[in-house]
Amino acid sequence: MSGIVLEGVTKRFGDHLVTDGIDLVIPDGAFTVFVGPSGCGKTTLLRLIAGLEDIDSGRLLIDGVDAAQTSPAARGLAMVFQSYALYPHMTVRANLGFALKVARRPRAEIAERTEQVAEMLNLTPFLDRRPGALSGGQRQRVAIGRALVREPKAFLFDEPLSNLDAELRAQMRIEIRRLQQQLGITAIYVTHDQAEAMTMADRIVVFRDGRVEQAGSPSEIYRNPASRFVAGFIGSPRMNFLGGAIAAKHGAVTIGVRPEHLAIDPAGTISAAVQAIEYLGSDSFVHLGAQSGETLIARGVPDLDFRPGDTVQLRIAPGAVHRFDADDRAMPAPAPAPGANIFEETV
Amino acid sequence: MRTRRRYRAIATMFAWAASLTIAFPLLWTLLTSFKTELEAVSFPPRFLSFDWTLANYRGILAEGDYLHSLINSVIVAGGSSALVLALAIPAAWSMAFAPTRRTRGILLWMLSTKMLPPVGVFIPIFLFYRDWGLLDSRTGLVLLLAAANLPIAAWMLFSNFRDVPGEILEAARMDGASLWQELVSVLAPLALPGIASTFFLVFTLAWNESFWTLNLVTTEATPLTAFIAAFSSPQGLFWARLSAASILSIVPVLLIGWLCQRQLVRGLTFGAVK
Repeated sequence: MSGIVLEGVTKRFGDHLVTDGIDLVIPDGAFTVFVGPSGCGKTTLLRLIAGLEDIDSGRLLIDGVDAAQTSPAARGLAMVFQSYALYPHMTVRANLGFALKVARRPRAEIAERTEQVAEMLNLTPFLDRRPGALSGGQRQRVAIGRALVREPKAFLFDEPLSNLDAELRAQMRIEIRRLQQQLGITAIYVTHDQAEAMTMADRIVVFRDGRVEQAGSPSEIYRNPASRFVAGFIGSPRMNFLGGAIAAKHGAVTIGVRPEHLAIDPAGTISAAVQAIEYLGSDSFVHLGAQSGETLIARGVPDLDFRPGDTVQLRIAPGAVHRFDADDRAMPAPAPAPGANIFEETV
Repeated sequence: MRTRRRYRAIATMFAWAASLTIAFPLLWTLLTSFKTELEAVSFPPRFLSFDWTLANYRGILAEGDYLHSLINSVIVAGGSSALVLALAIPAAWSMAFAPTRRTRGILLWMLSTKMLPPVGVFIPIFLFYRDWGLLDSRTGLVLLLAAANLPIAAWMLFSNFRDVPGEILEAARMDGASLWQELVSVLAPLALPGIASTFFLVFTLAWNESFWTLNLVTTEATPLTAFIAAFSSPQGLFWARLSAASILSIVPVLLIGWLCQRQLVRGLTFGAVK
């Protein structure tokens, strides 16, 4: 089968287990995002796929062929590095054409491919400049172009946008996604930014401590997080967690409620004190301290006339509770008992 | 503002004083090389008001030994420096980009060989060289000076290579570059200032080396250091000719330094990362 398949991929650095028997299927042609906090093994896994690190045990199949012992270039993958890693002593043209030159392609073909890619990425006016004379966004495009020229089986992106400012980052997200869809090439994209993962991915893989915590489409992961960790990591502002009596009423150790499912409503049964209000124009986030001690965030309409210190009542939207057991794993949604309203309780 | 200007004036004065102190012996040698032997030792010494003469230079060049020694020096210093770079570049590459648990130890061990005074290994090396027929040979000097300067070159290149972002080399690897292409097309151009200054240093060290060159060669392979030393002979000390010989030995190094200076001072305009 095509695509990239990992079977029990394990990597140690000394005594430290970086990836722990990872089984994963990267679907062909899809945009897969590896996301997780720093040190979770996502970048190492990307480097293992690229061939820049050696796999200790397990199998790596690229288009059905075991590639664990294959050299990085022979795997047919192209990588875009976090630092761009352009060749500073070469012009943009030479940077783009380097892989083809090394592969001893005919000069005419190198020129044609280079110009074609430069055209695609609006780099034509800069072909004879060196990387030092380019802006951050232009350098980023050269780095992408260098990957494109090789017509790879898959793109590997290692946090490629982390050095750009917010506006450029948002713009490049769309550009990268558009390019990938246009070419239909498999892409693996590593980031620690959950918003980047949500906006770009066809499929998200959430990592934690060298293991896959959950894999699925952005909406699957957002709606049905497999663990408290995933629930807290994906979504901004993060999910509210409540323990104690209110969780026990739901038959769980902890329950999670997303800010948009926590409504300020005089009819609500959870009392909380307003701590701060973040006004964002389209909506606002209200930071609250519940009587039971938890800090909560509720998404509200933009024009709230509360002040810090006010006490308000909160209501959880029906069906919006995520339940977690003692191991922080998600529990299946309960079948509500007829007539019972489990969403009405007090803290 | 005024005090700052005063500080700058004082600092400038110090800089001039220091440079003149450092350069004085060289300037004095240069002046002496244009004097007659009598004026060279006259007291009080004459600074500029003496009969300038080129006789010393003419005499040295006429003897023919100078050219012979110059060629030997160029071959020995150039050959040993080239050999040093050929060995030190791959060594520094592996230590900088593929370090192991023992890299630090190896580096310190290499440097420790420089702590031994050369005279400590003189007898064994002399005996080996005698048995191998390497005494009074340029090959012998090239090998010995290369071995002597290799640790310094490996250290210098190692610290220089560490400044080259590893991701650039990884990018080259992803692009399909072989190890050789990675070294030649990517690492060498990026590390050129470091490689040039390392070359210049080991070349100068080999050029000026006088312990081994005075003790292992006699006639055939004599470099300029031995040539200069020959002017302090049993027949007497010829200061003026000695000075002229010294100046003639310095000129080639100055020339190479001048040719390398662009590389020595140039920091490559990076733009590869961040």
